Amino acid sequence: MKRMQFLAVALLALGLAACQKPTQTKPEEGAGAAVDGGGAATSGIGAEGPGAGVSSLTPQQQALAELQQKSIVYFDYDSSEIRPEYVPLVAAHAAYLVKYPSASVRLEGHTDERGSREYNIGLGERRAQTVRRALLVQGVAEAQIATVSYGEERPAVEGSDDPAYAQNRRVELVHAQ
Amino acid sequence: MQVMLAGFNRYGLLPGLLALGLLLAASPGHAQLRLDITQGVRDAVPIAVVPFGGQAEGGAVDVAAVIANDLQMSGRFAPLERADLVARPTSGADIRFEDWRLLKSDFIVVGGIEPSATGLTVVFELFNVRTGASLLAQRLPSSERGLRVTAHRVADLVFERLTGIPGAFSTRIAYVTMDGRPPSQRYRLVVADADGHNPRTAMESSEPIMSPAWSPDGQNLAYVSFEGKASAIYVQRLATGERRRVSARAGINGAPAWSPDGRRLALTLSRDGNLDLYTLDLATQTLTRVTSDDAIDTEPEWSQDGRALYFTSDRSGNAQVYRVALDAARKAERLTFMNGYNARPRLSPDGKELALVTLDRGGYRIAVMELASGNLRVLTDARQDESPSFAPNGAMLIYATRDRGRGALAIVSSDGRFKQRLSSDQGDVREPAWSPFVQP
Repeated sequence: MKRMQFLAVALLALGLAACQKPTQTKPEEGAGAAVDGGGAATSGIGAEGPGAGVSSLTPQQQALAELQQKSIVYFDYDSSEIRPEYVPLVAAHAAYLVKYPSASVRLEGHTDERGSREYNIGLGERRAQTVRRALLVQGVAEAQIATVSYGEERPAVEGSDDPAYAQNRRVELVHAQ
Repeated sequence: MQVMLAGFNRYGLLPGLLALGLLLAASPGHAQLRLDITQGVRDAVPIAVVPFGGQAEGGAVDVAAVIANDLQMSGRFAPLERADLVARPTSGADIRFEDWRLLKSDFIVVGGIEPSATGLTVVFELFNVRTGASLLAQRLPSSERGLRVTAHRVADLVFERLTGIPGAFSTRIAYVTMDGRPPSQRYRLVVADADGHNPRTAMESSEPIMSPAWSPDGQNLAYVSFEGKASAIYVQRLATGERRRVSARAGINGAPAWSPDGRRLALTLSRDGNLDLYTLDLATQTLTRVTSDDAIDTEPEWSQDGRALYFTSDRSGNAQVYRVALDAARKAERLTFMNGYNARPRLSPDGKELALVTLDRGGYRIAVMELASGNLRVLTDARQDESPSFAPNGAMLIYATRDRGRGALAIVSSDGRFKQRLSSDQGDVREPAWSPFVQP
């Protein structure tokens, strides 16, 4: 019975994951494998804007769809500093959350595979906290933000080279729909 | 089972082959683990393990092959190839020692399996080939199903008689596997025999599973699971599968480690947005804070007396290993000073050494540090080695490494001279934890 319960939870989690995963925009070449198979694909992977049928979206949904085109902050090796090129991205998410106080975001911190696993959980958390602080400074309420660190456990792409590492050192800003 | 046997027969028939390519047992849905010797030892002691009497060729478990494989796995023994066995004595009276002296075998193990009132009895005897002296003779009760376990037990006893160190071949290993590509991976917590046989899934999830840790009695595993989209620590009883969520506090719940008496867990929480160490009394759920530092403090490991924790912290700017007493003062003392990265300490069974991950000449490698002197001995030479765990006899460590782009397990003798890999044909294997000794 325990097992069934757990299965139900796992299935539910899987379903949520499918709904919540942001669309990935690749900062670099290749790695088609990382394309999200989740429902978020309906907002258009790499497309310049949603096609027909968007008219039914509310302004908030439309704003969210745009936001999700860019929802990943990448980091340097062993660093949790937000690089200058990601400041506008974070600001856009902050503006959305300020405008829609009932909206919330989940910050998922990740690292590359180097180093020990639990230590990387700490590094991922530190990255998520950096983004959290940037959002708070821009007026987002604490209650709107949740953080989680996956360390190296959920890589965006496979591989043990620098391009793969660069894509895996990240914070994903995942909005509740 | 047939697959297993084919593996052992091949091992017996191909002299001088270093990569044994033993195809280990796999139940459906499990990654198959392959054992390959990647670095041998020249002065391993030659020993003959003669096929046991009372066993039909092609039976379920080849007891002598299991014993020989265990002894080989220790790195200290070089079992004779089966094809080179000049005779097949099954008791001491049948042994012509001069034959075995010619083969330059120092020791010989003979034995047989007899039916008994309650099942089977495994009878074995160990001899010194040079003197002809009997060193060990025992009768072990067994059963058809328990024959593998009994064979490991024989290897334990032979190993102990010849080295003075209790064998750890009857123990188990826990590890985590991951199948599938991002973002749809499947994670499993697996428990197998120490030689990789008999893998069983204890828990599986579409979300990450991390950091399995054996309770001191070998009956429970603590681990981290992200199944609720956030980390939580569970304690699972292996015999029944019954489990309990012991920590699901806001933020991170990580790195569980059992106190020597099994009553408490040390763990990592992120209550203030950064990682600190706590202890949790499992019976009362009393939480006690151990560190409060802006740095990452994680990967706790208990001292033998249960009064201090070893742990990883980057309070100096990069990851290093520290020790903190659990009594009043709680001032952490830094232990590692060589290399710019030292993490995930694990105490040797005798309490004298710490195994850890060190950044050595550009690679993350397994090292052992002697606590008294601070001397660091690097045991491995790959680029991505992590998660060292001592065998309960201290003679070997299991750790995680990379093999052809995938996570694999490896075993190294504690002197670093003998290495072998337990790799999988599919998916990723990581985070091995060697069980304590369990009463047979």
